[in-house]
Amino acid sequence: MDLLTPGFGLFFWTLLAFLTVFFILKKFAWKPILSALEERETGIADSIAAAEKVKKEMSQMQAENEKIMQEARAERAAMLKEAKDTRDSLINKAKEETKVVADKMIAEARQQIEQQKMAALTEVKNQIGGLALEVAEKVLRKHLDTAESQNTFAKMMAEEIKMN
Amino acid sequence: MSFRRLFSFTVLTFALFSASIPAIAQHEENAANHEAEAHGEKGGEKKLNVSEEIFGHIGDSHYWHFFDINDEPVSIPLPVIIYDKANGGLKMFSASKFHHGHEEYEGYKLQFGMKEKIVWANEAEAAQHDIYDISITKNVLSMMISVILLLWIMLGVAKKYKKNGTMVAPSGFQNALEPVLTFIRDEVAKPNLGHRYMYFMPLLLTVFFFIWINNLLGLLPGGANFTGNITVTLCLAIIAFIVMMAKSNKHYWGHLLNPPGVPFGIKLLLVPIEIMSMFIKPIALTIRLFANIMAGHIVILSVILLIFIFGALSKAVGVVFVPVSLAFSIFMFMLELLVAAIQAFIFANLTAVFIGQAIEEPHHDHAHGEHDQLEHL
Repeated sequence: MDLLTPGFGLFFWTLLAFLTVFFILKKFAWKPILSALEERETGIADSIAAAEKVKKEMSQMQAENEKIMQEARAERAAMLKEAKDTRDSLINKAKEETKVVADKMIAEARQQIEQQKMAALTEVKNQIGGLALEVAEKVLRKHLDTAESQNTFAKMMAEEIKMN
Repeated sequence: MSFRRLFSFTVLTFALFSASIPAIAQHEENAANHEAEAHGEKGGEKKLNVSEEIFGHIGDSHYWHFFDINDEPVSIPLPVIIYDKANGGLKMFSASKFHHGHEEYEGYKLQFGMKEKIVWANEAEAAQHDIYDISITKNVLSMMISVILLLWIMLGVAKKYKKNGTMVAPSGFQNALEPVLTFIRDEVAKPNLGHRYMYFMPLLLTVFFFIWINNLLGLLPGGANFTGNITVTLCLAIIAFIVMMAKSNKHYWGHLLNPPGVPFGIKLLLVPIEIMSMFIKPIALTIRLFANIMAGHIVILSVILLIFIFGALSKAVGVVFVPVSLAFSIFMFMLELLVAAIQAFIFANLTAVFIGQAIEEPHHDHAHGEHDQLEHL
């Protein structure tokens, strides 16, 4: 039964050693280790939560980007269309203006041509008139060489004047 | 606690140490063989006393005995410290003064038996001498070594945590220790102690590692049977009991002394049983650890001694039995490595369970089931 009876000395030393170990480890080992473990665990949990959040945000941002892109595309298409319309209208306008100017120029040119033609025709008429006068003069001079002929002519002229 | 977690924990422990087992086991055999050989030589003249051999190994001693050469024990004498009021108070001297019990010193002598004791040599006056023996015995020295180891390991690990900060992956011993720490926290403290688990963590961890490291040191060849000594387990159980009593709340005592919803007649029966169970808890802790570790030591020693028991019958039988005995003892040794961790875990866990019952808040009631499960272990 000696085996089952506790000994005083061993009890004393065990108690002393255990309590010493307990207080030393409690202060210098368990507290820092446990707090470090907990800190790490909360750190990891936080990181995971943060990563999850970032992921969500990313997907949200992606969706937003997609939306913006689509909007941009639509806007670009609209702009292109507008540009094309503007261009077309500009061209048309230019064409019309050109036509107006051209028409005007043509009209002016025509007018000028007409005027010049008229002037030329007048000149030609005058010249022809002159020439005819000259010819008539020459013819008359030849006809009226004699006095008789001059009398007849004068008579004829007087007749003509009378007729008038 | 799930069985699977417990199982994986034991496997982990096993794996952790299996690498070093063959070498250690071999050592153990060698040492045991040497010892036994020395005795065997004596055996020619003197018969092998098996129980003396075994109890000599598992008991405490004022010498750290390794083996005998030519009937001369090779051992380290340890310091003797005794307090004897009748003979001038405190005395300190080396155990070598006793010359292995052959001589008296200052009126004292060593008495062998199941337990080694220092007694007043003159038996007629022995009654007047109340001797308090606080010698640094083999067990005490072994415990001191384990304490130094424990402090060295744990403070080193703590330093690493402080140095590396929290977001650096653990390395080395820190890495080996961390799963054990988190296991104690998540499987022992949290389920039993609820939200107050952090307060009791230092106690549980100290209890666990103190027992574990002493269990392991006890398995080394020539190691002391420290945790297989009832004094030690009693001391630890008393600490657990004191913590339990100090932290117990009104709810606990209310349930204990006046169980609600129970008829008066049954109360008369139940309350004494409850009070008894309160004291049986630390006793159960004491006996469980003590018996498990001591039994392990006895079995390993017995298996080794079988060689010499058979050898005493006939040398040939003894030689034939060597491999069988070695295989058995190696198997037992591996089992003891497991038991070392499991018993440390059970002690810590039951401490947590008992404290958990004492500090239980009125609203939750899950600790009982777990307690019952673990009682069977």
